[in-house]
Amino acid sequence: MKARVTITLKNGVLDPQGKAIHHALEGLGFGGVNDVRAGKMIELDLADGTSDAEIEEMCKKLLANTVIENYRIERA
Amino acid sequence: MNTAVIVFPGSNCDRDLAVAFEQATGKKPHMVWHRETEMPDGIDLIGVPGGFSYGDYLRSGAMAAQSPVMRAVSDAAAKGTYVLGICNGFQVLTETGLLPGALMRNAGISFVCRDVKLTVANSQSAFTSRYKADEEILIPVAHHDGNYFADAETLDRIEGEGRVAFRYAEEVNGSARNIAGVLNEGGNVLGMMPHPERMSEAAHGGLDGKRLFDALASA
Repeated sequence: MKARVTITLKNGVLDPQGKAIHHALEGLGFGGVNDVRAGKMIELDLADGTSDAEIEEMCKKLLANTVIENYRIERA
Repeated sequence: MNTAVIVFPGSNCDRDLAVAFEQATGKKPHMVWHRETEMPDGIDLIGVPGGFSYGDYLRSGAMAAQSPVMRAVSDAAAKGTYVLGICNGFQVLTETGLLPGALMRNAGISFVCRDVKLTVANSQSAFTSRYKADEEILIPVAHHDGNYFADAETLDRIEGEGRVAFRYAEEVNGSARNIAGVLNEGGNVLGMMPHPERMSEAAHGGLDGKRLFDALASA
């Protein structure tokens, strides 16, 4: 069983990497980009029966820093 | 005063910090490997050094914060032992929850490695008592993730409680309210991005960092 955790910076938290990517896209001539936010994706291969609550705990304790990041869990 | 320096895989300022501790206290620090679950007896000051613990995987300091030794460091901090986190050590202390906020990628994206001017915002702590209030000092920084972030409420609180120890006196990395160093509520834990151990001998080009270690040694 797989779960995918997407981690993004919270709204209002400056994202220097997203900004740099945005500038690079503009430099390549892609004019229609309003904003870029960079994040990360972590794929977990889990034992059957792993509960949502356990995955939440993983996110809170390690995978995301909830001071600055949001996380979203999708079961694949 | 008895001191300890924590060593993670990827620490690279541990020996510099040990030299600074030894100069200030006259005693060799215990070097404590990250797998240890207890501190040696009678430790008064723990240093969490700079470097790239665990290769900065996931987030700077995130893996180190989960290592066994950090539980012992947290226990010691709760009992009033002094804890000094420098650079990656500061990142580890925020990830551990011993200090508020987080250290994000520098606003300018680039790694910043140079001497910077700091203002001493709190000269009353055990770490900063050898500085004058609002004094400008020169200490080097060397980091990629030094952009201090906390929500406005937290920033107001730590400023109100005098827990900002140092501010950058110039633009360095985009840190909220130019914060370069933060104290915990008890005043016995300090995290700072600049490296006082790299400004502790005449050959370093200045002695502004040495005063922090001398202050601790007499605390």
